[in-house]
Amino acid sequence: MEVSRLRLLFLIALAATTLQGCALFRRDEPPAAAETQQTAAEQVTGEPSDKPIIEPEVERRKIKQTRIDTEDFEVGAYVGILSIEDFESNVVYGARLAYHLTEDFFLEGTVGQSRAGRTSYENLSGSADLLTDSERDYTYYALSVGWNALPGEIFLGKNRAYPTAFYLVTGLGSTRFAGDDRFTVSGGFGYRILPADWIAVHFDVRDHVYDIDLLGEKKIVNNLEAHLGLSIFF
Amino acid sequence: MRRPFTLFWLLLTLLLAQVQIAAAKEHPHKILIADPYIELHTGPGRGYPVFHVVERGREVEIVKRRTDWFQIRTERGIEGWVPREQMIATLEPTGEPLDLQEPARENYMSRRWQAGVMAGDFGGASLVSAFGGYAFSDNLSIELTFNHILGEFSNGYSATLGLMHVFVPEWRISPYFTLGTGVIYTEPKSTLVQSIDRDDQIGYVGGGLQFYLTRRFMLRTEYRNNVIFTSRDDNEEVDEWKYLGFAFFF
Repeated sequence: MEVSRLRLLFLIALAATTLQGCALFRRDEPPAAAETQQTAAEQVTGEPSDKPIIEPEVERRKIKQTRIDTEDFEVGAYVGILSIEDFESNVVYGARLAYHLTEDFFLEGTVGQSRAGRTSYENLSGSADLLTDSERDYTYYALSVGWNALPGEIFLGKNRAYPTAFYLVTGLGSTRFAGDDRFTVSGGFGYRILPADWIAVHFDVRDHVYDIDLLGEKKIVNNLEAHLGLSIFF
Repeated sequence: MRRPFTLFWLLLTLLLAQVQIAAAKEHPHKILIADPYIELHTGPGRGYPVFHVVERGREVEIVKRRTDWFQIRTERGIEGWVPREQMIATLEPTGEPLDLQEPARENYMSRRWQAGVMAGDFGGASLVSAFGGYAFSDNLSIELTFNHILGEFSNGYSATLGLMHVFVPEWRISPYFTLGTGVIYTEPKSTLVQSIDRDDQIGYVGGGLQFYLTRRFMLRTEYRNNVIFTSRDDNEEVDEWKYLGFAFFF
């Protein structure tokens, strides 16, 4: 009995070594775990390699490098009041696209639309209209740079705090009014509150300045605008 | 009248694309803290207060990035903003330093798309310009430019397509040469009598400087000598100076 048990052990050991040798020919299949451990062990005694001496038995996680979601853009819409010099105040609405360069600076593109009313002169004289109906459409665009001058927080009650920023904006663009495009310089300030990380509520005040020669003489016009907007980050 | 609406559509498309990107995102990006601790701010800026601290060895999840700030979520679900300087010291779960996937200056050469805005002067008129380009190689790119020209007596639009050759793209300030053609539409002011709108072909040759600022941003300045092929006997030559422009590549 003793002899046959030893023989059995010997045969198993022989089979284990020879079959492992056979496994070397199976090139297509991945090497077994036992084999890799063996090679690792062999390298310890051989040439120094980059592999760590002890390979911890951790389950290798499949690392799929996910792209970090960058949210530097901000898109939104606004509604407010625009005072068009000589032509009453009216509702203005527009869209806004911003790109945040750093925590301090951002670029902003806005387009807005409003409509001019009647001048006092037109109302008093009762007859002559200075502008046709389509010429009273007022559209503008502006490309601006903004600076988050005063970042901070507001507190609603005891448990709520929201990040805010007071910012200054200056830019240039064009205004289409009274049938012509006019080079327009704009500037102003705004206040932004973030109720959540992806949404912002804005309150903005802008001044749009351009030259106009509608009444024969060229003059500088200041059109003040105040608006409330909502935007989301993406 | 129609321009704001086209923009609305553009924004809508952008939004939809964003929703798709969000839907494609599956695995949270987890990292290990390697610094003794990192500080969580309430907002993405140094002005926002620190409200929480995460110690070394903890695993946190990157939620998003805004400018140089990263929003992270701790194991306990607390979300806060961490500056880039602290994120550099964190590790991937594999033990490698975190790859911030940043378009640094070294790989700015391999970026192919570029877009920006510029402002300047077009033969005495004010100029607002937007451009986009695609680079075939490190030196050569094709560029599409839209100009809005706002003058005393006339306004105009132009759209040009041209080639741009950057001589030494690896320099921080590098000069370039540009050549192209396009169309210009001129619209005299409505207060002028005897005025006609006209479409003309335009050709230009010019040069400029691009200045690599940081991350993915560049400043640009450009001069173009335009030839307007008018329907009259003489062609018109116009100097176009774009004093300053801003561009980013992606």
